[in-house]
Amino acid sequence: MKSFTRVMTMILAIVTLVSSIQAFASEDGNFTNYTYNYDYWQDEIEMPDAYRVEQVVYSGTLGLETPMNKPQSLYIRGNRVYVADTGNNRVLEIERQGNQFKLLQIIDKIKGAQPETLSSPSDMFVDEAGNIYIADTNNQRIIKADKDLNFVMSFVKPTDPTFGEGDFLPARMVVDVSGRVYALATNINKGLIKYEADGIFAGFIGANPVTYTMFEYIWKTFFTSKAQRAQQAAFVPTEYSNIAIDEEGFIYATNAVFSEYDLLWDNAKPIRRLNSIGNDILVKNGWLPPIGDIYWEEQSIEHGPSKFKDITVLENDIYVAFDRTRGRLFGYDSQGILLWAFGNKGNTEGTFNGAVSIEHMGNDLYCLDELGCTITVFRPTDYGNLIFEASDQYLKGDYDASADTWREVLKLNANYNLAFIGIGRALMRQENFEEAMKYFRMAYDQENYGRAYRYFRKERIEENIGWIVAIAVVLIAVILILRVIRKMKWEVQEYESKRKAR
Amino acid sequence: MRASGKPAKGETRFQRYIASVKYAKHVIFHPFDGFWDLVHEKRGSIGAAHTFLALFLLAYVLRLMYTNFQFMTAPLQYINIYEQCASLLLPFLIICISNWALSTLFDGKGYFKDIYMALCYALVPYFLIQLPLVAISHFISFDEVAYYNVLAGISVIWPVFLVFVALMQVHDYTPGKAFIFLFVTIFGALVILFLILVFFSLLSDAAAYFVSLYREIVFRLH
Repeated sequence: MKSFTRVMTMILAIVTLVSSIQAFASEDGNFTNYTYNYDYWQDEIEMPDAYRVEQVVYSGTLGLETPMNKPQSLYIRGNRVYVADTGNNRVLEIERQGNQFKLLQIIDKIKGAQPETLSSPSDMFVDEAGNIYIADTNNQRIIKADKDLNFVMSFVKPTDPTFGEGDFLPARMVVDVSGRVYALATNINKGLIKYEADGIFAGFIGANPVTYTMFEYIWKTFFTSKAQRAQQAAFVPTEYSNIAIDEEGFIYATNAVFSEYDLLWDNAKPIRRLNSIGNDILVKNGWLPPIGDIYWEEQSIEHGPSKFKDITVLENDIYVAFDRTRGRLFGYDSQGILLWAFGNKGNTEGTFNGAVSIEHMGNDLYCLDELGCTITVFRPTDYGNLIFEASDQYLKGDYDASADTWREVLKLNANYNLAFIGIGRALMRQENFEEAMKYFRMAYDQENYGRAYRYFRKERIEENIGWIVAIAVVLIAVILILRVIRKMKWEVQEYESKRKAR
Repeated sequence: MRASGKPAKGETRFQRYIASVKYAKHVIFHPFDGFWDLVHEKRGSIGAAHTFLALFLLAYVLRLMYTNFQFMTAPLQYINIYEQCASLLLPFLIICISNWALSTLFDGKGYFKDIYMALCYALVPYFLIQLPLVAISHFISFDEVAYYNVLAGISVIWPVFLVFVALMQVHDYTPGKAFIFLFVTIFGALVILFLILVFFSLLSDAAAYFVSLYREIVFRLH
């Protein structure tokens, strides 16, 4: 009986605990996410919601006869949303009209292609002209069609000997302005497969360099036999999990296969920005590299580091990565500083079980859940918009306005470091160094503080140069006079003692 | 030769103390001579040694609290000054004890008092550099961190060198033996720590036994 009561109390405790976590309701009654950021001490700091759920789109909302089945990817161009409904071998084209979503057409065959039907399409891309590219995974091709869905061409498995054996299963792809196709294929870890616009395979880019440590090298060379070496798993570079392309044509890639140890030392680089020759040029000026969560809650069900499944790039190089481990969204600015993080695992609005794809329409975020088969639309709150506005104004050179916007942000969240830095930088542009130092001090921004201090010091020295020189001259004079006096004293003493001795 | 701790003829206790404090200047710049005379010619005093240890702790705490945030960001909201001081004092005392205990077994000439005094004198450069450095940190910018780091580095390397010389001169060891003894001392300190831990864990086990015995008796009697 006693143990029964104990179990009941425990269950009750858990239920109250869980419900207290789930039932977030803000003062205005809206559903809120738990939004947070990390401070200088790497403590998690709660902050106001930067995004809230605007609506959730289900198969029923769209009036689909067969509901979505394991959708793998989203793509947005203009106000059209494309969904790769992989399990049903089709692509959905949806249009957003005001607050309504309307199904425009179901793409399940491309006229003139061989074969015409799609088989497990897992990603798509639409270019400026309206041509649609579909990664037709199980047909082992990337298919290009014009806007009336007539077959144009297809990108198939390269015949190049470097490509290797096995099936060609394109999984994710992007197309740049000049029509070059970059694709990720399952089981190919040499990087992104690059095709020229005419369909010719142009090699791999952005492969992980194969590195090993001194210890591994010594171990391999001296302490293993040839047979053992053959048996050991090869040093394999990791596969990317997804790619996105920004307005300037840089490719953002996410990587979800790494060891936790590498992540801590920023060797894993889960988010990369690749230039045209495949080098990672992501800016990392934050206290922490962009790796998502830094506390991995070993005891809970969802443990381990964040594993990014997709990424999308907003205006001003702000990027949002979508984490599968906890169903979270992490927004970083162009300097790699965490703006906000929110989201969770679960079945309620704004939580995800199978985070798989993220896209943006303006500043709205569209998130696809492959298990729930839902598209969740997040819309920035006033607070979220202020953050975007401030960094936009700063990048455009409108420093005064940016400082004012950051002051508005501080009214809503006095713990927001970026706001202090933003105001400080604006003050520095106005050559108000002393005030700028105060703001940098509050944000623990050592580098900017140092810069402001150098100007401040220079100013002060220039103002008071007369006094400084005067004091220095007086000091030197006093020292010289004291020396002379000492010498004279000594000579007098010497003289007197000599006279006494005589 | 002056008797240790006692003022010489015509010298007050205070004058003697001041002289021994001033002698630190000679010790840190001429360590080989300085440490020999410190102990064997009774030029140092325990009072001065206590002063230097206290100043060392003070410098350590001030450095944490008042260095400009460009160079030092101690999480002050989590720091307990007494804890910080204890975390310096305890290892210092344990190292003194372990050095004394081991050097007694290996022909060391130094008494415990001598070892403690010499090690305290060896700490002098640390606070001599660190205390001004706290002030200097407010007048230099983040780009000039190299100057700060060089001075901070010297403030650590110099005392370590002095400790080495001090042990050599106090015990009348050869340089090689003194060098080996540095590591032996650290090992001894670890052994002492281990024994302390074992002692307290056994003690708490023993206490727990009697507590549970008492509870059992109370339970049975009810």
